Parts: sequence; structure tokens; C-alpha cells
Amino acid sequence: MRRSRGNRVNEHGSGIEGEQVKDTATNYVTEDGRTIGGVIMEMKNITLRFGGVVAIKDASFDIHEGEIRAIIGPNGAGKSSMLNVINGFYHPQEGEVWFRGEKRPSMKPYEIAEQGIARTFQNIALFHGMTTVENVMTGRQLMMKKNFFWQMLRVGPALDEEVKHRRKCEEIIDFLEIQAIRKTPVGSLPYGLQKRVELARALAMEPKLLLLDEPMAGMNVEEKEDMSRFILDVNDQYGTTIALIEHDMSVVMDLADRVVVLDYGKMLADGTPDEVQRNQAVIDAYLGVEH
Amino acid sequence: MGDIIYGIFADPFVQMWQMPDFLMQVLWEGFVSGILYALIALGFVLIFKASGIFNFAQGIMVVFSGLTLVGLHALGVPAWLALLLTLATMYALAYSVERLILRNLVNQPDIILFMATIGLTNILIGMGQWIFGGETKTMITKELFLPSGSSVWEPGGGLVIFQHIDIAAAVIAAALIVGLAFFFSKTKVGRALRAVADDHQASLSVGISLNHIWVITWFAAGIVALVTGIMWGARSDVSFSLQIIALKALPVLVLGGFTSVPGAIVGGLIIGIGEKVFEIYWGPLFGSGVEGWFAYVIALVFLLYRPQGLFGEKIIERV
Repeated sequence: MRRSRGNRVNEHGSGIEGEQVKDTATNYVTEDGRTIGGVIMEMKNITLRFGGVVAIKDASFDIHEGEIRAIIGPNGAGKSSMLNVINGFYHPQEGEVWFRGEKRPSMKPYEIAEQGIARTFQNIALFHGMTTVENVMTGRQLMMKKNFFWQMLRVGPALDEEVKHRRKCEEIIDFLEIQAIRKTPVGSLPYGLQKRVELARALAMEPKLLLLDEPMAGMNVEEKEDMSRFILDVNDQYGTTIALIEHDMSVVMDLADRVVVLDYGKMLADGTPDEVQRNQAVIDAYLGVEH
Repeated sequence: MGDIIYGIFADPFVQMWQMPDFLMQVLWEGFVSGILYALIALGFVLIFKASGIFNFAQGIMVVFSGLTLVGLHALGVPAWLALLLTLATMYALAYSVERLILRNLVNQPDIILFMATIGLTNILIGMGQWIFGGETKTMITKELFLPSGSSVWEPGGGLVIFQHIDIAAAVIAAALIVGLAFFFSKTKVGRALRAVADDHQASLSVGISLNHIWVITWFAAGIVALVTGIMWGARSDVSFSLQIIALKALPVLVLGGFTSVPGAIVGGLIIGIGEKVFEIYWGPLFGSGVEGWFAYVIALVFLLYRPQGLFGEKIIERV
């Protein structure tokens, strides 16, 4: 890995056992010298139920601008549910979601995408009939304004627009090193590459917040290393704020600036990877405790 | 016994060989009805791709659009304006279907949505009869500047007749298909349509509104229905019995695959030409009325050996 992400200390000291960092407006500096911005998203006392099942119970945490924030937990901990709340697939029964300093009303997922939140999916949701380039171009959907009469004629402003967005997509494709499969229909690509195309599509939206749902799931070691590198590079080069879910703790510890731990929908801990790793409740949840 | 074998395997080909001009005539007729089948199937495919709904109402949409056009003209509205108003009506229909039906039935099983389209069919039949009456009407062919009359082609002393309206139907259908293909592949909305056809969640995550796309698809299917209504109405008449031809789209879809636009076109042509040729050359062996069931037999054979159709996506079940 290009730079070490281990042993990073958060200025705000411990934030474990759900004890939130209070002074959220302040920036903090990570150990590797990056200055993290103010709070971009804040989840306040989120509770999500499906009938009688409580998927998330009273969870609160925040995401700072420019950081890599991980949400971890064993299977069934409510991680994906949390991501689905952030991007609007689920609407929590209780609690508030604050994005960029404003309380967010109940919105449809596509409206949330318009606000600048992009995501990838655990089980890869690509447009299988389309090529890599076309998939990435769908990420520019919201930015293309010319109406379809002009687009069908492919003249003047509509053509300029298409060319402009296409250029940006090619840049992202180069960045993620998938030039070789630009014209390949994504359905026929190997799993690891599909994950990368999905990341490219999300990046094409130039998101203010990028959500990654188990970006490393089902990958071999080499693919995991590649993906980790790309996530760090994206954060570095584009300054993208990233929130990612993982159940493999070791991956997260090298990647994330701060980590939220969920178990059975409840928050166990919130803090730097180091703090979280030393937390007894987290250790119990991962290793199991004898009662 | 020998007669039957001769009748099946030899006589039809002898006839084709002896009267090539007649064969050409048969092929042309089959081609034209094939194109019209393809248009109806296209309406089904558009909606099926975008929302996974088998729209039973596509047939009645053909009738309804035709009736609206003719009915408006009968009220004294000039033909061009009637055409625009009919398009507006089809848009209003698409919008209402999304607003009143699809939006409320989202995530329901396919069969529920299918039932909803049967309900829609009955509503449209009722409305059509209430507003325009049940009697057969003549398409306003001349007012829409569609040609009438025919041309004769005499290849080597033979005789093939081309109705001008058939030629117009073929040309307009081809233009519509090319236009749709272009729209799908080259525009932002087209890209969004294909995205929705592929994956709903992923579409939402890149900021595509499903509701908006459904309105556009149903409107596109409405336009296809209107063109079909005009063309089919010009060849026969505009009446409620027209919706029965929509059932012919079923074998076309089985043949071409429910999700494939080229499949709808090729399937339509195969069924159209196949049933005409079979009717003329093999029909006498079965008595008459072969045209009524031939398409379904082909469909049955396809279902047995290639259930996804010629161009459909392969059905892979994960075990």
C-alpha cells in the first residue's frame, strides 16, 4: 500500500461506546497529515424497523468531508440497511439525516443522487447490456441538460455536451485502469473488473459523498489490494468523501480514518481503527463471548 | 396416402416454381402484415423491457388511438390537429397509467401488474365505446396524405400488385423503428430507458427517476400503437375487432423474445410471411382458416425448444 493508514489518531480522543464526537464543526488532522473537513453528513438517532424486526436501533454518527469512514459489523448487523438509509432506499421510522448542514426531508433515491450521493452495490448492479463506457456515461445522466430533440440530431450544443461528458468519463476510466475493457459489454467481465466499473460509474457522478457497499466482497487477495489502492487514490486525488461497509475488519483498519461498529442494529463503537480494535464490546461481537 | 405426401412435400413447391410472380405476391403480402405484427410486438417489448410488465392493453391501445384520431376528425377537427391531439391523448394515457396504476403497484408480483393491464384493457374498451360508439369506422387515409391505389410490376410476363398503402406502411414502420433505435442508443433519455430496463436499483442510484421513465415508455408504446392503428385501420377498418390482431403479437414475442427489439421485428416478419405462405400453399390440405392458428403452432414449437426466443436473453436459473 502506498501509505500506511494504521495507527491513526483522531484529535478528538475516544469516541467509543456510541459516545459521539461533539465538536463536529471542527476539522481534524489525520496522522498521515491530511486535514479532514467539517461534517458533511450526520445521522441522528436513526431507528429502522421492518415490521417487528429492528434493523437499526438508535444509531448516531457523522461523516466528515474528505475522510474515509467505515461502517463495520458482523453479518446482519444492519450495515447495508444503514447505507440504504443514507441513499434513500429505506426511510427510517425515527431519527434525522442531516446532509451539508440541512435536515433532509424524506426523499426518493434518485433525488438523493441529485444531491450528490453516489453508491455501489454489494451484489454489483451494473447495466449488463451496456459496455463499460456506456455504464460510466450513465453516471453523467444528471449533468446532461440538452433535450433529446437536439441529442437525436447530434448537432451543436448537444454534441458539445456529449463530448464534454465523454471526456470526463474517459478520464475516470483511465484513472481506474479499465481502458482495455472500454467497449466490452459488462455482463461478460470478471467479477473484480465489474466492481471497478461500478466504482467508475459512481465516480462519474462527481459525488460529494460516495457510498461503497462491501467493495471487496468476493475478491481474491490481489483484487482486494487493487481495490484498496483505488479507494485511497480516489480519496486522495478527487478529495471524495467515502463511506464504506465491510465485514472483514483487517481490510478496513488499513483504509479507514474512522470506524463505526454495528452489531444487531446497535452501535457498539465509533472511533479510529485503533480505538475500535481495542474495544472490548467489538472484540466480543467479532469473536463471540461465552455467557 | 401418396396424394397426401405429394400434397405436403411436392405440390406446393411445384406451384411456387410454376408461378413465381404469385409467390412474390404472397411473400409481399406476408411481409406487410409481418411488419404490422412487428409494430404491435414492439409496443409490448418497449413496456416489458422497461418495467417487466406484460401489457395486455397494447392491442386496445391500437384501437383506442385509431378511434380517437378518426373520432376527432369526425367532429370537424382538421386531420393534422387531430393527429397532434391523439398524440396528446396517448401522453395523457401514459401519464395516468403511471400515476394511477404503476406507482401504486410498484414491487407487486408480475401477475398483479398483468391483471392490472387486463383491467386497463376493459376500461379502454368501455371508454372507447362510450365516447366513440361501437360501430366500425373508416380511417382518414386521404386526409393524412397516405397514398391509395396500386402499382403493377410485371416480371417476365407475370403480375405482382403493390398497394401503395402497403408500401407506405412498410416505409413508415421502418422509419419508426430506425427512429426508436436511434433514440435508444444516442440520447440521454434513451440511455436512461436502457438503464431502467437493466436494473432498477442501479438506475435510481445514478439519479434516474423510474416514474419519469415509465411515462416515457408508455408514451413510446402509445406512439407505436397509434402508427399501428393508422396503418392497420387503413388496410381494413377501425373497429374493436382490431384488438384481436394484438393476440398475434404473442407468437411473435415468443419467437423473437420478450426483451428484444430486433427480435420483435424478425419475429413479426417470420410469422407474417410464414403464415401467408403456409395458408396459400399448404392451407387447402387443412381446409381453410390456417392463418388463424399457424402462428401459435410455431410459437409452441419454439416454447418447447427455445423458450427465450431467437434473440431473448438466455434464461439462467441459479440453483
